[in-house]
Amino acid sequence: MSTFPEVLLQAYRDVPERVAIRLLHSSVPEQAITYRHLMEGASGYAYALGEAGVKPGEVVVLILEHGEALPFAFFGAVLLGAIPSIMPFLTEKLSPEQYRASLAALFKITSPGAVVTDQAFASEVILAGSGHTPPAILLREQIIPSENIDLQRSPGFGRKPEAIVLLQHSSGTTGLQKGVALSHRAVFNQLNSYSRALRLRNDDLVVSWLPLYHDMGLIAGFILPILRRIPLVLMSPFDWVRAPQRLLQAVSRYRGTLTWLPNFAYNFCAQKIRPSQLDGVDLSSWRAVINCSEPMYWASHHMFLDRFQSYGLQPQALATCYAMAEMVFAVTQGGIDSPVTVDAVDERSLVTHQVAGPATGDNEAIQMLSAGLPIENTELRILDLNGQALPERHIGEIAIQSDCMLTGYYKRPDLTEKALLDGWYLSGDLGYLADGELYITGRKKDLIIVGGKNIYPQDLERVAGDVSGVHPGRVVAFGVFNPEIGTEEVAIVAESDANDPKRHLEIAEQIRQRVNRGTDVALRYIQVVERGWLLKTSSGKIARSANRDKFLSAYRPPA
Amino acid sequence: MQNNIATTLSQFIATQILKQPFRILAPNEKLISSGLIDSFHLVDLALYVEDTFGVHIDDTELNADTFDNLEQLTALIHNRLVK
Repeated sequence: MSTFPEVLLQAYRDVPERVAIRLLHSSVPEQAITYRHLMEGASGYAYALGEAGVKPGEVVVLILEHGEALPFAFFGAVLLGAIPSIMPFLTEKLSPEQYRASLAALFKITSPGAVVTDQAFASEVILAGSGHTPPAILLREQIIPSENIDLQRSPGFGRKPEAIVLLQHSSGTTGLQKGVALSHRAVFNQLNSYSRALRLRNDDLVVSWLPLYHDMGLIAGFILPILRRIPLVLMSPFDWVRAPQRLLQAVSRYRGTLTWLPNFAYNFCAQKIRPSQLDGVDLSSWRAVINCSEPMYWASHHMFLDRFQSYGLQPQALATCYAMAEMVFAVTQGGIDSPVTVDAVDERSLVTHQVAGPATGDNEAIQMLSAGLPIENTELRILDLNGQALPERHIGEIAIQSDCMLTGYYKRPDLTEKALLDGWYLSGDLGYLADGELYITGRKKDLIIVGGKNIYPQDLERVAGDVSGVHPGRVVAFGVFNPEIGTEEVAIVAESDANDPKRHLEIAEQIRQRVNRGTDVALRYIQVVERGWLLKTSSGKIARSANRDKFLSAYRPPA
Repeated sequence: MQNNIATTLSQFIATQILKQPFRILAPNEKLISSGLIDSFHLVDLALYVEDTFGVHIDDTELNADTFDNLEQLTALIHNRLVK
């Protein structure tokens, strides 16, 4: 069994009445989806997509809120042999024009055969699709499950293991250009290696609130449990962010064992949940709470443990992982067999010499959380600026080779070629190896990670640059880590031709509004400066990290 | 009393959520649909309202359909207080 349809069909035949997914809702009762429901629901979508003219190998874009339609449509596209790609739903703060522009960009690059959405949202999709060959639009309200499973009408069963099974995108105009295309084989290699790294057991149960358009949610919080027959309790990210206690209540009620969280969620849960919301909550079943998808902090783990240890949270449950969509998901895993290693390193050596020397007591020490050992069939190298491998404890770019690498960025061979060096994937992340374990220290690429979500600064700069009064091309966006919330906040510095401080404030307010409504993030710091303030590289480009340093020393935001 | 509620809320949002202490919020200025209060801070607002006014706002009500400006939030708190 080496393709998604084969594995799903086998589960349907072996354990049709077993609950695969338990969907939690905030205002209606929960919903249990068995493998029979999943197969019948998916077949309904496969037939409807086929009727709509979608061919195997074509992309199917899914724009659906939390609910049964999402897993049904995802596996429906797979049964047809088409390639599902899950897009975020329009949020109430995002401007419809901006969202439409993103969709249009996605349509242009993927030429989808169909879009699956709901009645209320169809008009948005039609507007975004004008100008291209418009994809077929299927409304979830009109698709009925099929009790009659007809393998002849599911050409997905004829797909080869090396065929692309799904696409995964980051947000924003830039992220949408890089649709990570993954094969059946790459995903199963990942599931095999990662299951062993997790010591996955039959009595495990995954509880997740992560969005499915993100690699961590899609792989760890959806595909891994479903295809490995591990029960999944799934809630909506919209519900979780408004009521984080629901995650802990669900772990307690269903005896959850595994959960993945971005670092900020440790702080968020520890700071915002009231004791009255935890009456009777027992977290002793949680064997791994895995920190992943943004820089991991020792302080965040401690804050979480201090807050929830009295509810049965075991210290050894705190785990770490280094992952990326290009490797399907996990590259390393820490903290399963033994507690996560904490490496006390000498701050001065780290900052001045780019070497993570052990702390000596003479200088300040930094507590580095290990991301753990590489999972099976994965090799790591730390490279210097010339692409040469560095020795232990030296900081350089993390390069990865594994049997679960991406096939390529979808229809962008140019971007694929840039990301690889002699078969090694260049992560753009900086780190070091010590005793075989990986430590992440920073980022070479200009990327902002807010709450686990990748944000490309150029997308924010484009939006801010459209504000009248901003000098064209003179805007810089970057992230500033806030230890209190455990993640980065977004800052923008923009040059203006105006000299009037009052006018600067007006421009700042307009940039804030434009960015808040035109992107996935909320802008935290905005500074409008006079012409000539921003530093440029020798080639005349705006230097993001140098301007970040200049901003922090000039306007260091209060902690 | 409604004026007091609005002033207290406005100060909390400006200092604690926006971190712009001198920011003045207009009574009809959009809070949620504008992205001014992002989703990570909605729970802070609910906790503050509960602690300060003793009024519970359910997590299912933390959206622009229930309130989207100071005027509407003030009215919601006022109505629950007089009940």
